[in-house]
Amino acid sequence: MNKKTKGNAFLYIGGASTLVMTVLILVGLVWTPYSPTEMDPSAMTCPPSLAHLLGTDNFGRDIFSRVLEGAGTSFLIAVCVVAIGCAAGTLMGALCGYYGGIPDLVLTRVCDAITAFPSFLLALVIVSVAGKGTYNVVLALGILFIPSFARVVRGEFARCRDLNYIRSARLMGVGDGRILFCHILPNTRAVLLPAITIGFNNAILSEASMSYLGIGIQPPQASLGSMLSDSQTYLGSAPWYALSVGGTMVLMILGFSLLSEGLQQRARRN
Amino acid sequence: MAELLSVRDLRVRFHRAPPGRYAVDGVSFSLEEGEILGLVGESGSGKTVTAMTVSGLLPRRQTQVSGSVILAGREILGSSEAQLRALQGSDLAVVFQEPMTSLNPVLRIGPQVEESLRFHTRLSAGERRQRALEAMAQAELPDPEALYRKYPHELSGGMLQRVMIAAAIVSRPKLLLADEPTTALDVTIQAQILALLKKLSLENHMAILFISHDLNVVRRLCRRVAVMQRGRLVETGTAEELFRAPREDYTRQLIAAIPTRERRLDV
Amino acid sequence: MRYAAKKLFTLIITLFIVSLLAFLAFQIIPGDPTTAMLGTQATPEARAELQAELGLDRPVPVRYWDWLTSFLTGDFGESYSYRLPVAGLLGEKLAITGVLILMAFLFTIVLSIPLGILAGSIRNPVLDKLMTALDQVVMSVPSFFLGILTCYLFGTLLRVFVPGDFVSYTQDWGAFLSYLILPALSIALPRVAMTVKMLRGSILEQLGEDYVRTARSRGLPRGEILRRHVLKNALLPVITFLAVSAAEIMTSSIIVEQVFTIPGVGRLLLSSISNRDFPVVQAIVVILAAWIVVVNLVADVLYQLADPRIRLR
Repeated sequence: MNKKTKGNAFLYIGGASTLVMTVLILVGLVWTPYSPTEMDPSAMTCPPSLAHLLGTDNFGRDIFSRVLEGAGTSFLIAVCVVAIGCAAGTLMGALCGYYGGIPDLVLTRVCDAITAFPSFLLALVIVSVAGKGTYNVVLALGILFIPSFARVVRGEFARCRDLNYIRSARLMGVGDGRILFCHILPNTRAVLLPAITIGFNNAILSEASMSYLGIGIQPPQASLGSMLSDSQTYLGSAPWYALSVGGTMVLMILGFSLLSEGLQQRARRN
Repeated sequence: MAELLSVRDLRVRFHRAPPGRYAVDGVSFSLEEGEILGLVGESGSGKTVTAMTVSGLLPRRQTQVSGSVILAGREILGSSEAQLRALQGSDLAVVFQEPMTSLNPVLRIGPQVEESLRFHTRLSAGERRQRALEAMAQAELPDPEALYRKYPHELSGGMLQRVMIAAAIVSRPKLLLADEPTTALDVTIQAQILALLKKLSLENHMAILFISHDLNVVRRLCRRVAVMQRGRLVETGTAEELFRAPREDYTRQLIAAIPTRERRLDV
Repeated sequence: MRYAAKKLFTLIITLFIVSLLAFLAFQIIPGDPTTAMLGTQATPEARAELQAELGLDRPVPVRYWDWLTSFLTGDFGESYSYRLPVAGLLGEKLAITGVLILMAFLFTIVLSIPLGILAGSIRNPVLDKLMTALDQVVMSVPSFFLGILTCYLFGTLLRVFVPGDFVSYTQDWGAFLSYLILPALSIALPRVAMTVKMLRGSILEQLGEDYVRTARSRGLPRGEILRRHVLKNALLPVITFLAVSAAEIMTSSIIVEQVFTIPGVGRLLLSSISNRDFPVVQAIVVILAAWIVVVNLVADVLYQLADPRIRLR
């Protein structure tokens, strides 16, 4: 009883905060209280007030609007990264897990080797080879996220392959494609959902780290990481800048980690 | 013979259970020193909950218990946790169903066998070791010296159950609670363990409360048998009486469930 | 011992593959490093001369073999942008980063294990929920933001710490180590929170095992059951988890060096990436990979020593 409500608490709090963040971000994509780039010389480095919810920066730009825009960028990048990793990883994992054989063995080993290293470090290498910029960051992170999804999905497919109802479907002459995607894929939901939320968190964190280091999203495009790097210079005069940018990042990550925790607990109970 | 254990009107209710549903509902029985009593019933009949209550292992926060359980003159239900602990591992010992998981996988056999001595006596390490080796020999374990240093995963299930029995008798308890100790074992090993328990009861003048769902097993070991169904004690008597003339339908069904040719002889 | 030998062998293979990949990654890039060094106006002759000087005109397998063999003897090649041996460039920076990583790792172990045991043995449900909530929040703070927060708290508000006032160990070991305390803590805290969560779950799982019931039936007090029985079992998965942490700590240190302006490997790596100084990037990546591999090997051996079930296999 106790365990059940607790798991749900994670799920509900995480889900609610993620929902609120997502709505704010989506609104931020089309409308912000001020223009994120508009400079107001009469209101430079103002502390938070009713006019500027999170204050203004050294150029008199509204921090709330900028945070919304930056969070939007980070969010979109994370979505793309997870989409690439999840789609390619699921396909790879499904084929490897279902058919097995030597390709499965080789790919599993490669995936194991890649996941042993922090994806951030490998992304650094890729970006150093391919160059900086949004597109390369998304691609580098996306590719590096494939193994983590492939591993999870592979396990499920390998497990389901020999289940009786899959065997009977095969005997009834159902095609491989239909078995893979209509019969087995829905079963992977329980492991895939937490993997997606965890991946999302990693994506946000990796992108923010790279942008903070100046090798991710390049100005003038705003992202939470590069804004945090900016704000550090004004830590003494405008601490609310760094606090609001970092706080937004923490809330995004916290919401998703609670969500994945809740999803995992739900999966464990079923 | 003196009375060792007396259970009177025991009622156990789990807080999560619907109102009015008792896991154990007004059970009374007693056990004399050195006696072996079989407690029989299907799963969910409340026999394990009864045993857990007697052993003081029932989670207190999740249950509501009334009645009285007196072991060697001491009331168990009202005891503090410290008083209970003083009883467990000295006068009272338990052997569980799953020998494979009931031993700690990362500790050696020896320290686990002598563990209750460590907490309930002032024996030196050497004396404890000596007592453990004796108990292991008494439990008919071959080469106790070598086993002492082994890990649980190196032993078979039957051997592990003997280790569990050795660990139980090392403190020379007056009462041994055996909760389905042979259910997880092969039939041949089952018979050996039953014979061992019978021998130990005689040699050490140790009473055994033997819990099982298998009447046939119980009959081989116990003179007296109590049958439980849905939390109530439905029938008590000697094993022979029960088999010859079961008074309750339920007992009859349990006998009929024995899948051997003995059924033909008895029904 | 056979187990350890087998493990070592697979790890050497892994390292070999990593070094090969690290080498090949920099061979497939479109830009020729000589362009960056000489500018686009350079004559083909000058470029060919530089290529020969850097050894870029030879076939890839030969270059890989040369690079690998000289790497193993401690010759990491020559930096394109500084025209200096990479080993010399790395020396002091590697030591600085190494100390930072070790310090953070030490903090992680020293803080997380007692806290995790505490979290696993709390019986008060309100306290347990509070601790879990706090743990989740700390876990969600990126280490570089934590670094900025500590800079603000200790630097701007309390004025007990001057960010950027770094002293190398070559001048003063004491000042060097005390400067690294806050960065190491920033790196360690999120990992501590994760390890605490893991250890707590592990302890709760073990408390439900049958052998705990056996120990209770022998009249052992709860504290003794935890100490004698549960901890040994519960700490086993933590060993593996800490190995993963070591890799994450290394990543975080690259970023946190930037927050606290520590002139370590991280900063060199970033500037080399910007300058497309591949020998330096290559060397750093392989060294970091080796660190991960070594940590994993140590964790495997420790696990094997701690778990009798594996030892005998």
